[in-house]
Order: sequence, then C-alpha cells, then structure tokens
Amino acid sequence: MERMMLQLVMREEMSGAQSFLDYVETITPGYSRLDMCIQCGTCGGSCPSGGDMDHTPRHLFALIRADMKDEVLASNTPWYCISCYLCMSRCPQEVHITDLMYTLKSIAIEEGHVSENTAANLSETFLSYVESYGRSFELGLATRFYLRHHPKESMGMAGMGFGMLTRGRMVITPEKIKRIGQLRSILNRAKELEAAL
Amino acid sequence: MKLIFYPGCSMLGPARPYMESLTAIEPLLEMELQEVEDWNCCGATEYMAVHRLPAYALVARNLAIAQKQSNGSRTVMAACSACYLNLAKTDKYMADSIEMNVSVNDALAAGGLSYDPGSLRIRHLLDVLYTDIGLEKIRARVTRPLNGLKIAPYYGCMIVRPDPHHRWPNPENPTALEEILEALGAEAVEYPMKTRCCSGHMTLINPDTAYELIRELVHSATISQADLLATLCPMCQLNLDAYQVEMNKHFGSAYHMPVLYITQLIGLAFGLAPEQLGIGKEFIPSAPALAKIGVEIPPEAATPRRGRKKDEGLPMPQMPTRKGGPR
Repeated sequence: MERMMLQLVMREEMSGAQSFLDYVETITPGYSRLDMCIQCGTCGGSCPSGGDMDHTPRHLFALIRADMKDEVLASNTPWYCISCYLCMSRCPQEVHITDLMYTLKSIAIEEGHVSENTAANLSETFLSYVESYGRSFELGLATRFYLRHHPKESMGMAGMGFGMLTRGRMVITPEKIKRIGQLRSILNRAKELEAAL
Repeated sequence: MKLIFYPGCSMLGPARPYMESLTAIEPLLEMELQEVEDWNCCGATEYMAVHRLPAYALVARNLAIAQKQSNGSRTVMAACSACYLNLAKTDKYMADSIEMNVSVNDALAAGGLSYDPGSLRIRHLLDVLYTDIGLEKIRARVTRPLNGLKIAPYYGCMIVRPDPHHRWPNPENPTALEEILEALGAEAVEYPMKTRCCSGHMTLINPDTAYELIRELVHSATISQADLLATLCPMCQLNLDAYQVEMNKHFGSAYHMPVLYITQLIGLAFGLAPEQLGIGKEFIPSAPALAKIGVEIPPEAATPRRGRKKDEGLPMPQMPTRKGGPR
C-alpha cells in the first residue's frame, strides 16, 4: 500500500498533474498493462457487441492516452462490454481489457456520467442486493430492472417470470447469509482503501 | 475425491436443475462436495462495475473461508463459469500483485479473516470432470449410452477465457467437453460457435443486441443438426433456453434447440431418471430429443406448455426440416 502510494507520488512529481492514463492504470486491480497497447485493433475485431459501441476498445484506449477523459467517460463502449474476455484472451500485449472496462464503468458512475444508463443501473441494483443480503436475487433484480427500463416489454417478460416460477427455478424471497455483518465490515474497509488510492 | 464446493447464487434459483443433477451424479463419480460455509455472492459481472477493490474483497471472503475449511481438500470447485472465474481471478491477482494482496487482506482483516493466495486450487467443474475424474472413470459408469444423440458442445466464455491459471491449452478450440460427450456415447457435432458469448446480462441491458447473439448460437447449433446443446454455466443456460423463447418472438423465428447441463447428460448416461436430474424444467422441452435414446419424461416432471402461437413460416434461411417428435 505504502509502496503504491509512493509510486503514485513519484509519478505525479515527475510529470506534474497525474494523467488520465496513469489514474486508470493505478486504480485498476492487478496489472492493467494499458500502457502496453500497440493499437492493433484485435480487440474491436473480436468484440461480439462492437457494432453497438461508440468507440472500439482500441479507439477508447487511444483517447485515454490522449487524456480525453470526458469523451472516454461519455462513451457507451464500457457499457456494451459483456465480460466475454475474447479481446483479452486474444490481445497480443495481454492488456487486461475487460478489467479496464470495469474500471471505466466505475469512474463514470463515481463522476455522475450515468443518470439514464440502464447498464449502470443494473450494476447498482445488483450491488444493493449483494450488500443487503450477501447473495444476488434474480426475481427482485429482473422485476425492478424491467419495470424501470423496459416498462413496455415487462408484461411480455412476466411470462418468462411465471415460467421460471412454475419450473421451480425462481427464488421468491432473497436468502440472507448468516454473517452479513462480517461481509459489510470487509466491504466497508475495502471501500476506504479504494477511496485512498 | 473430496472437494470444497462454491455453488453461487444461480444454483439455488434459475440453475436449480444444474444443482439437482450435480448432486445426483456426485456419489456415482465418487465426489464428496463440501459447501463453502456461509458463502456470499461472487459479484457476477456487475459488482466490479461499481466498486473495484471491494469486488475482490467480496470474492476473497469466500476464499478465506474455504481455506479454513478442512475436509482434506485444497481444491475449490465451482460449476458456474462466472463464479469460477471471479474466484480464480481474485486468487491470481492477489498472488501476482503485492499491493492487491496487502489491500485485500487489509479488508478481510476487518472481518477477522485472511487469505493466502495460491493456497487453493480453483477449478471449474469441467476441469475436475476431465482432468481429475477422467474419461475412463466416466465411461466405466455409463449404463445407458447416449447413442445417436447429436450434441452441440457449448463452453461459453469464462471457463476458457481469460484462463488465469492456464488450465486450457487452446482457449479458441477446447475439446474437453466433446471428449466427455463422446465418452457418454453421444455424438459431439462440429460447433464453430462453441466459445462465443451467450450475451451475459445484455439480455437485461439491451435485449436487441442479446437476441442477435443468442440467435447466432442457436442457429449454428441448428445447422450443425444438433438435437440439443450441452452447457456448463447457469447464465448460458438461462440465455439460450429461456431467452430462446423471447428471441423467437423478436425475430418471428421458430428455433427449437433444447439446452441441457452436462451434469444432466452424465446422469442420463449413468441410467438416472430424468426427474432426478431436473430434466423437464427447461423452457425449450428436451423430450423430443431424448425420445431418440428412449428416455421418456413423465408428465409430472414436464411442465405443461402455456398457450403458444403456432409455428408459421420460417423466415430464417437454411433451417433444416425439424426432426420427428411432438412440439
């Protein structure tokens, strides 16, 4: 921890203000290897939802290096990432692309770029169940989510919900873990450490 | 063979048939599963989009508890691909990065726990079946070979990618599942989409994008003339099965590709009854496909189909004529 803080301070001292690239690399858990990107485009060519993205991952990484933070955070690209890891397993430079997409999502949420973003709301709804119960709860998640974001379709989807229930594949009441207090203490401490980065 | 088992939330809900069939074959494969005590959610693909470090602390609580458990096993097995990957990634990143190890253990200490990365082997069910139990042992147990059943082997993403502990030599073209299916007597068809994404949570975020991915997967299995798809992950099963119905509505198509878990197929080949294996709880009924191997699903296990539009024209080109069996 101290070592990491020291590295951060040293980097800032050398270059004046911290660049967006440095910031993204520093806060990404593990080693992001973002600085190793050679702009080859294998990522965008592999992405199953690349066609819906404002920028391919390659393009987004170029924007990060150019310090174009606002464009990056306004891009829909991270929100179309479905965590399939195809880009990451093909990347010749072993850039942790999927992890970087998570980081960019979290910065966009922290800095308020996501008010009407359905994907961000899904993540936050999911998180609220995990922090309340220690488990996810698909009935609550899907119901809350469909009513808010796809109200027209929610009647159609009720058929699937009913099908899940009749097949015994739906939990009606969320299950709470025994030591939820312990889990919350761990998460709260981790949040303090995250904020200090 | 003793294993520490991390079920994950889906196994108690939408993937209950996966849990039931795994439990049913557990003694036949001489596995002894001990659940991680008071386990919590792995965060799926959502928690880390909001909080980064806490997402790893969330997973590490499970690893810390598993490490303290003493059933003589150092292997933690998950049957859900996302659970497996989150456990494996947390272990690997903590082992690789001192900063991660220190920070995550600092957080764990707030709950009186600690985890020593690298002390557990984190494995997916497929890996345990293929590597530890092995094809010979599986083949030796087969009493009702799945002869004549054509199965599309579907791996999805997170078992073979990003493969933090290098378990799979070829992430683009793994073959373990095909080999297991053939050990059961089935024919594993060529399935070029076998490691493509099922669309994950895109079904909730942007259904149009998801339906296209699901259509490609189901279409590819259909033109490979598969009778059914074999899956290894609750998310994949949900998207390809329950959302296949929605996808058909979206495109006006009439695909009918049942999706069963590998554990259900192993159970059938071992002579277990469909109702012991949670078969009949799928949205796309597997009964017509299973009739090919003489398996009948009793009416109480099969859920009656609710009112459904009759199949009309098939707008998708190259749809082969559907094989016999009631709809």
